Amino acid sequence: MEATVLPVAIFFAAIFTNNILLANYLGMCSFLSVSRELKTSLGLGAAVIFVMATTTLLNWLVYTYLLIPLELEYLRFIVFIVVIAAFVQLVEMIIERVSEGLYAALGIFLPLITVNCAILGVSLFMVIRSYDLLSSFLFGLGSGIGWTLAILAMAGIRQKLNITRVPRGLEGAGITLIITGMMALAFMGFSGMININ
Amino acid sequence: MAKGKVKRVLLDDIGGKNPVFAQILGICSTLAVTNSLRNTFVMTMGVLFTTALSNLTVSFLRKHIPSRIRMMVETLIIATFVIIVDIVLKAYVPDIWRQLGPYVGLIITNCIIMGRAEAFALSNSPGISLVDGLASGLGYTYVLLIIAFFRELLGSGTIWGVSVFGDWWTNWSIMIMPPGAFFMLALFIWIVRGAILKPEEEKK
Repeated sequence: MEATVLPVAIFFAAIFTNNILLANYLGMCSFLSVSRELKTSLGLGAAVIFVMATTTLLNWLVYTYLLIPLELEYLRFIVFIVVIAAFVQLVEMIIERVSEGLYAALGIFLPLITVNCAILGVSLFMVIRSYDLLSSFLFGLGSGIGWTLAILAMAGIRQKLNITRVPRGLEGAGITLIITGMMALAFMGFSGMININ
Repeated sequence: MAKGKVKRVLLDDIGGKNPVFAQILGICSTLAVTNSLRNTFVMTMGVLFTTALSNLTVSFLRKHIPSRIRMMVETLIIATFVIIVDIVLKAYVPDIWRQLGPYVGLIITNCIIMGRAEAFALSNSPGISLVDGLASGLGYTYVLLIIAFFRELLGSGTIWGVSVFGDWWTNWSIMIMPPGAFFMLALFIWIVRGAILKPEEEKK
């Protein structure tokens, strides 16, 4: 990656032009299953933003200061997924002790996040594009916000869909994918503003 | 193992309970890699290898894995095979490996593999688990190849990189971009569910 791309540009690109869901197809599983309701989408979105930003930071530190000096870069898949799983478990335990309300709101979503491919995907993109510390953090944060934006928009649309008639065979996943495609088309309107590929 | 069971597992995983169009699993890579037939083929071979061998390994270890940490153990087993795939692809097909980018590593979080390990390998013997892993992988493979065939044909006018339409053809570049992936998969699910799956349900 060229050093000319500002960290701020990466942040906005991660939200709009290179949206993790609409341009990189990551996090589809939970996107398709959770986007039925606005409130749960918001809860999951908040958890994703938090976990994504933090684990990208952690994985950057682990990768740069542990794996590269030891020449163990090929172990990054295992290390990243363990870091993510351990972090999510830890956060779940802390939230459970500290705040009853927050646990009720976010607790059930945390185990889901470990298997959310977007979280691992952001860490892998970070390695491939060789971001520095600040860029990685902003990329993680921006990707989380972008994902939340997409799932909130979808949840809003799906609430209206409940009262419409959908052709046979297209209910559920089919119609959701078509709407996602239209959203991806709309987001392509942003492309050209910033490009980080 | 009984022959009937093998047949049922094969039919379920490839047809009626196909991981992609019936269970809607593994959608990320289904969308991401299907813009060219060659990439798709390499990717599906990686997934086939991982899902078969991780199913086999989990099944061998199923009596020794403590149930509280089974997800973690399964993830580590899957990650091990994905690292093998990653290293092999990097060594033999470096240009495709570069195009696939993070999606090779993301085989780890492919819900199909985890799902088969959880739902099948943990409660079945190694032999049938291997068959189930292979069948799920094949179910994934042929769906992706069909989608990739149409996306590459319409989006670039080529099949396996060979031009078929000639000069008069105008590429539908939207097909190889993200929206095309969503539309094509939706269309595929629509056709399959509307035409094949529903009549079967009605018969029952």
